[in-house]
Amino acid sequence: MTQVERQAWDVVVIGAGGAGLRAAIEAREQGMRTAVICKSLFGKAHTVMAEGGIAASMGNVNEGDNWQVHFRDTMRGGKFLNHWRMAELHAREAPDRVWELESWGALFDRTVDGKISQRNFGGHEYPRLAHVGDRTGLELIRTLQQKIVALQQEDEREFGDHEARLKVFQECTVTRVLKEADPAGGPTGAGGSGRVAGVFGYERESGRFFVIEAPSVVLATGGIGKSFKVTSNSWEYTGDGHALALLAGAPLINMEFVQFHPTGMVWPPSVKGILVTESVRGDGGVLRNSDGKRFMFDYVPDVFKDKYAQSEEEGDRWYEDPDNNRRPPELLPRDEVARAINSEVKAGRGSPHGGVFLDVSTRMSAETIKRRLPSMHHQFKELADVDITAEPMEVGPTCHYVMGGVEVDPDTAAATGVLGLFAAGEVAGGMHGSNRLGGNSLSDLLVFGRRAGLYAAQLAANTRPEDRPVVAEADAAAAEAEALLPFSAEDVNATTASGPVENPYTLHQELQQAMNDLVGIIRKHEEMAEALNRLAGLRARARRAGVEGHRQFNPGWHLAIDLRNMLLVSECVARAALERTESRGGHTRDDFPAMDRLWRRVNLVCQVATQPEIDAERPAVHGGGVAPADPGLSGLVGDQAGQIQLERRETPPIRPDLLQLFERDELVKYLTDEELSQ
Amino acid sequence: MHSASRAAIPERHLRTDRWWLAPAASAAGLLLFIIYSTWRAFANDDYYESPYVSPFYSPCLADNCEPMRDGPNWALVGDWWGISPAIIILILPLGFRLTCYYYRKAYYRGFWASPPACAVAEPRKRYTGETRFPLILQNIHRYFFYAATLVACILTYDTVLAFRNADYEWGHMGLGTLVFLANAVLLWTYTLSCHSCRHIVGGRLKHFSKHPVRYRLWGWIGKLNARHAKLAWYSLVSVALADFYVYLLAIGAFDDPTFF
Amino acid sequence: MSYQAHFKVWRGDADGGGLRDFTVEVNEGEVVLDIIHRLQATQTPDLAVRWNCKAGKCGSCSAEINGRPRLLCMTRMSVFEQSETITVTPMRAFPVVRDLVTDVSFNYAKAREIPAFVPPADLKPGEYRMSQEDVGRSQEFRKCIECFLCQDTCHVVRDFEENKPAFAGPRFLMRIAELDMHPLDAADETGLDRKRAAQEEHGLGYCNITKCCTEVCPEGIKITDNALIPLKERAVDRKYDPLVWLGNKIKRRGQ
Repeated sequence: MTQVERQAWDVVVIGAGGAGLRAAIEAREQGMRTAVICKSLFGKAHTVMAEGGIAASMGNVNEGDNWQVHFRDTMRGGKFLNHWRMAELHAREAPDRVWELESWGALFDRTVDGKISQRNFGGHEYPRLAHVGDRTGLELIRTLQQKIVALQQEDEREFGDHEARLKVFQECTVTRVLKEADPAGGPTGAGGSGRVAGVFGYERESGRFFVIEAPSVVLATGGIGKSFKVTSNSWEYTGDGHALALLAGAPLINMEFVQFHPTGMVWPPSVKGILVTESVRGDGGVLRNSDGKRFMFDYVPDVFKDKYAQSEEEGDRWYEDPDNNRRPPELLPRDEVARAINSEVKAGRGSPHGGVFLDVSTRMSAETIKRRLPSMHHQFKELADVDITAEPMEVGPTCHYVMGGVEVDPDTAAATGVLGLFAAGEVAGGMHGSNRLGGNSLSDLLVFGRRAGLYAAQLAANTRPEDRPVVAEADAAAAEAEALLPFSAEDVNATTASGPVENPYTLHQELQQAMNDLVGIIRKHEEMAEALNRLAGLRARARRAGVEGHRQFNPGWHLAIDLRNMLLVSECVARAALERTESRGGHTRDDFPAMDRLWRRVNLVCQVATQPEIDAERPAVHGGGVAPADPGLSGLVGDQAGQIQLERRETPPIRPDLLQLFERDELVKYLTDEELSQ
Repeated sequence: MHSASRAAIPERHLRTDRWWLAPAASAAGLLLFIIYSTWRAFANDDYYESPYVSPFYSPCLADNCEPMRDGPNWALVGDWWGISPAIIILILPLGFRLTCYYYRKAYYRGFWASPPACAVAEPRKRYTGETRFPLILQNIHRYFFYAATLVACILTYDTVLAFRNADYEWGHMGLGTLVFLANAVLLWTYTLSCHSCRHIVGGRLKHFSKHPVRYRLWGWIGKLNARHAKLAWYSLVSVALADFYVYLLAIGAFDDPTFF
Repeated sequence: MSYQAHFKVWRGDADGGGLRDFTVEVNEGEVVLDIIHRLQATQTPDLAVRWNCKAGKCGSCSAEINGRPRLLCMTRMSVFEQSETITVTPMRAFPVVRDLVTDVSFNYAKAREIPAFVPPADLKPGEYRMSQEDVGRSQEFRKCIECFLCQDTCHVVRDFEENKPAFAGPRFLMRIAELDMHPLDAADETGLDRKRAAQEEHGLGYCNITKCCTEVCPEGIKITDNALIPLKERAVDRKYDPLVWLGNKIKRRGQ
């Protein structure tokens, strides 16, 4: 086996979306040599798809806003399952993170007095979202990207090299976070118990492998949406960071909570799932069924009854006079709206292509629509040949965001149990509880991206050069063997004779279909059990996923490698969803439709099982083939793919002064009597 | 266009639409105008039929101009000028249009094939754009704009004079008056929609909020500017038509139909 | 509603290649990228194509369709006749990596040559005040998704490789315009004259405003009219207009 290229950096950031870039900027500003690794080109990350805005209680439009109100909205949105400390830090620090963007050149839309304009959004009590039309994510990415270029220009002046202290490795995939070899001689590498030592990955363009050694690794890889068929997420969202953390021994929490955005495009088929921004509703768009009825008034849940308009008239008045009227129910948190749309369609009151109607054309002038929602106008015109200034859009739920993720320390973003591993953004869990509010994602990226970068840099700075962990040769070799498996699928087939070579595209489609149908927006015990069954079958087949051609920019190979991550993460989702016998936020059980206060105290924690875990839901097929030809990782590659073990962990109690921000009447809906009495 | 590392595609282009149509049409249009205007400019005849003066000959600045009552003739140049007096003044609108950002596009594409159309390879070996003499002179466009504004004022004056009849009595209107009116409007909109004008009026400012009037003007001119190409063609045709109308009257092809 | 379409797709790498013929199913409402993906899934699993958001927002899937620079994800199949042969090639102004994927590092190199936003020294974050009319112009340019189609189509570098070192291309000249029009950019105070630099260091003079950049821009940014020409006029202010020069001199004297 040839020796792969090695480099040494202080901090490695995996992912170049909002969180990754913000982390990299922070780490570099702390003086650490920082490497960013991303699967796409620099500046193309999925963050560009975020449309509505960045939630930050700057109070520019309504002075009543402050961090406490934002905290309250966030906790309500997440049905109190959020890690309170993350929600607190997020609400406190978001305004600074937005203002900082301005000093790096961002140009938000303005209020008349020249401040950053803020718009209404579902679940937010006041207009809170700093925005640029409906392309806020693009502005965020571009600003961070240009800040990185600015830092590189500084380094150029100082060292004569743009990449002296900050380098973006674009179009590279990380397949393993590697750990220090265990001095006790136990299992090394990913399975070892040591500190993070670096990452193993390959250049997508050339197929060349590389190892980057670093004492700190920040995961900022985004979400898992590509495991579902109808999704607003791009191909990059294969749950890489989630899987890398699991494989490195760090647990995931809250994986059952997957947000289905209520409004995705439903037609034409090729764009099914692409997002229709919530600002459409924030700015006055209404939802109607095929009878022309504004059905959302029928779906206001009890916990929100007194916060939302009871009549169309009141809802309409709110757009003009928000202080004296309650907001229309179209602006309920996303989970509520998504379920309502789902029910309408199931009841046969859907639109021709299986969605409902979202209409702005009858409520705003064509000019206003084009100014406030330019990319929506463009998107529908170009992709669906629909003129939203003249006709309603057809929309339906689409898999959008995973609330669950790597369990982290709220203050430092350090992953539990693995020294040197950090996570920020969508890949981190806890911040959003069971359901994320629109606009809280971009602010999350910035707040925790910065924190992850800061503490990753501190850890690296505090590691003496002679103490730096080293990637063992055997671990790098094992990771390489794992990545090369798809090219030898035929040989594997020959040795194990367990079945034909599988097409990775077919496997991916089957996975998406299974997750969409069986672990989708409304869940049932039997269906999820069936999903676990199918996942096990897919897992076995994925070991035989084979590809043609060579390693240079070979998409089939890339997908075959990503399948491992998607299968791992999908199992977490399915297993946790099966376990949680209640409905809360992004997790809706047909067989347990109510929210249960007892369950609020429980986080479900996923970890790679150390022992093969055989249970009723799992067919015998799982135990079958252990992939050969990978001596170092054999215990992992073969067995881990089917093994997630679930653990219940009690949620930390919410700090009393934060609880006092709520009325007792409201708290009784979420907290148990025991908690309330404390 | 080939360098070793690019995709090896031998074709100069792979466009399947009629990409050559637009540059060919603008080249043909410009060529027609050049032929017509050269003939008329050098003709030194048939450019005045009271009360109308051909826009090609206005203002008429040499001694050898036809007498026009109250008309735009000032013999500034004197009597040594022997050839057509149109040449003196036409330099200005010619320069304005030659350095105009729209016409530049049209003739770079139509005549120079630089490029012939988007993603269609250029036929030459080297390209330096407007970085060197003579094309660097394109940068003086704004001075031609100032001059063109003066010329537009004079042509407006001519239009006012066109509210007379053949005997120089005021308060009359003929078909020619309408032609002149249309021409004047198109010339003004073309001139004002100029990119240099847009820059001078407001584009050069950093803070619009501190100059509300100029901001509003900039906005209006911006709207006109979006139609600059169309206005360039319309005004080119209208100026030729106005001249041709005077020519027809002058050779006695027909009498100007008068309305009142 | 589905039919079999004829495609010619360029396959190869820097060492050579050519157009390959394919017959592939097309369904209602699909875009060219869907067809390329179908080719990957059914006929050529190793066909290289770069893509990401599939909604015209990230600017990854730039290529040339029937000879015109376009986003694969925003070109609907319905704009073609069913009998038409559709030719897809990589962008021709950049080195090819493989199949439809090109090496766009030229653009990232150019991005680094443009001096960054200079924050005003006297304002802290949170103190920035800008009115909407002052940010409007630069906001239009910030809609850019960096698909680099304008850089690809611009004949200055497309047809003349040797111009690459001297010419930033429409995308990055527009970036200079954006910063020069930014209401709070303090470049002037640090002695950086963006107008002059555009002409002298970034090759603004190479642009002969033939508008192909505007024609191909999937975001509909009026690159030529709103960025390049105004930037040229600003350069004229600095370099070629004696009156403006004199005016500035007098104004400075007066202060």
